[in-house]
Amino acid sequence: MKSIKTWILVGFASLLLVACGQGGGGAGSKKSKTLDNTKKAGFVKCGVSQGLPGFSNADASGNWSGIDVDVCRAVAAAVLGDADKVKYTPLSAKERFTALTSGEIDVLARNTTWTLSRDADIGLTFVGVNFYDGQGFMVRKNSGINSVNDFKNGISACTNTGTTTELNMRDFFNSKNIKYEPIAFEKADEVVQAYDAGRCDTYTTDKSGLAAQRTKMSNPDEHKVLPETISKEPLGPVVRQGDAVWEDIVRWSLNTMIEAEEYGVNSSNASSLKDSDNPAIKRLVGAEGELGAAFGLDNDWSLRIIEQVGNYGESYKKHIADTGILPNRGPNQLWTKGGILYVPPAR
Amino acid sequence: MNLKKLNIENKKVRDLIPQAITILALLSVIIYFATNAQINMGNRGISFGFGFLNQEASFDITFSMIEYDGSHSYGRAFLVGLLNTILVSVIGIFFATIAGVIVGVSRLSENYLIAKVAEWYVEIFRNIPLILQIFFWYFAALRALPLPENGISFNDISFLTIKGWYVPKFIWTNFNIFLLSIIAAIIAIYFIKSYATKQREQFGKQLPTISLSILTLILLPLIGFLFFGVSLNFEYPVLKQLSPTVYTYAGGVSIIPELIALALALSMYTATFIAENVRAGILGVNKGQKEAAASIGLTKNQILKLVVMPQALRIIIPPTTNQYLNLTKNSSLAAAIAYPDIVLVFAGTALMQTGRAIEIISITMLTYLTLSISISIFMNWYNKKMAIKEK
Repeated sequence: MKSIKTWILVGFASLLLVACGQGGGGAGSKKSKTLDNTKKAGFVKCGVSQGLPGFSNADASGNWSGIDVDVCRAVAAAVLGDADKVKYTPLSAKERFTALTSGEIDVLARNTTWTLSRDADIGLTFVGVNFYDGQGFMVRKNSGINSVNDFKNGISACTNTGTTTELNMRDFFNSKNIKYEPIAFEKADEVVQAYDAGRCDTYTTDKSGLAAQRTKMSNPDEHKVLPETISKEPLGPVVRQGDAVWEDIVRWSLNTMIEAEEYGVNSSNASSLKDSDNPAIKRLVGAEGELGAAFGLDNDWSLRIIEQVGNYGESYKKHIADTGILPNRGPNQLWTKGGILYVPPAR
Repeated sequence: MNLKKLNIENKKVRDLIPQAITILALLSVIIYFATNAQINMGNRGISFGFGFLNQEASFDITFSMIEYDGSHSYGRAFLVGLLNTILVSVIGIFFATIAGVIVGVSRLSENYLIAKVAEWYVEIFRNIPLILQIFFWYFAALRALPLPENGISFNDISFLTIKGWYVPKFIWTNFNIFLLSIIAAIIAIYFIKSYATKQREQFGKQLPTISLSILTLILLPLIGFLFFGVSLNFEYPVLKQLSPTVYTYAGGVSIIPELIALALALSMYTATFIAENVRAGILGVNKGQKEAAASIGLTKNQILKLVVMPQALRIIIPPTTNQYLNLTKNSSLAAAIAYPDIVLVFAGTALMQTGRAIEIISITMLTYLTLSISISIFMNWYNKKMAIKEK
């Protein structure tokens, strides 16, 4: 009899647990749950790459830097008042979306290409573009290959698995009617090693990535990037679908950095521009309007971003240009200077 | 209805209650997780379904045993990955077993050098994590191989290079007849064996079964070649220049280095455990058995074949089954070196392109479960066959 009682108790206990648990998974409220949770935790949960120089890369003491990292820093400056209050989670290409949808991270700033199926199908929302990229090919300088038109049947190409690169590569070789051998690795470091060893004749990924990975080769000068670009790769930060307020905060944190560059506001002059004559600048530094209130933030949110993180131009120069990855800004120049960076006005 | 049977005082009914409650609790937990996942996925705008399996995969795979390119479906890509997993597992199990038996027997050798080499092999390879061994074979050992233009040539018909091992391709005519002759040979061998057993049991005659079997296996296909138009030609790999310094081989079959490295690492690693099982099995046979066999005048080979091995196998098979299962599951480390197994192709690329984590991971887990259970069932059958039969 005793054992029956125990069993009944166990049964009831588990039923009770199930009943309680049901409440936890309920629908989200109208307010921004992510914003509340971030304020409560005291840091922004940010997903980054496993190490891509210029975009998100950790130094020897574990400090992250790069233009992707700066997006997370901008969000932290806006929401928490301190750009350093970010917790970084390095993610592989495969893990990144699951980490975001499951709530392990709240912002994904990991050189991620904005595509229709990613945006619409798997519960994600892209908030903007912080780097316009395109896929290219790297070959050995002595190979005699000077253009993608020199590729012939039987060429082997290394790349990362689980990326748009893999799909573009197929489209490209199919359109040229070239039979190729695709070799897809999970980690970028392994792609570099295999290509460097001669396992494959060409290495294909986003051109910014090629430029960054070239620095990791045993002899970077032996390799070159072919001039052709075979795809559009707009890279940008991503958030979970369903929290419109959080989505807006991340979108406008990025937009603020770009708009600040457009109006010549940077980290050193921002606070002195509070009494500028230009109303657009005054709005950017929080001296006019009540823009922060729309997301439940104070009015200095954008000033903090510019002061602590800098404008887009400063970020690009520091992480991409001065490190020698891509000194030329190309399409990532402001629309007023011949590029395609154009953000809606902050007003 | 007999009321007495449903009475709580009835012991059978009483015994059933805790079991029913356990099942109920288990079901509730499963239902809880399922509904929870459903609600959360609903909140985040993620749909659930297996329709994606029919969509075009639009990514290519390095190595496939069936016809595949990006225009095929995700379902087909799954099949490619599954077959690649099975291929590397079968190769791995085959070589691990051979190496394991050789090393296991060598460890018991009376020759000091052989025994010590075997011991060192076991101690080194079983104590290094498998993933490191895979990296070693792929990045360190294979990296030392030459580029195609300097490939290591085997008689100019096969070439070993950093891009893979290029071997001649078999081109058959009337392959069906060849296949039939092999099947016929296997059936014939079965009859030879049962006839030999009868002869031995009834008249005590020993027939040379093995020689007869080999003879049949050669003779029947030979008849096919001579009289039924079966023929075999080879397509040899030929060096091809792609650019001033880039070469590859055209024609023939390319065994990709990823497969070589993975199969090597898996079989070298698992062989150590099998070797220990073999050693334990042989040592586990009572010494008296061997002495008794020797006293009735059996030769050394007969003792091993008729007395020691049948008993040792009973000890060896169950733990070796575990090793076969481990090897199959360990093959999932393939993703690290770009061998397109089910984890890399399906739980990797396909998952990324479709974002259907729950569906794809459950399919992959079920697949491994099915593979493992199939191996278990086969090995349990073999184990029963080898077990002591009371007559």
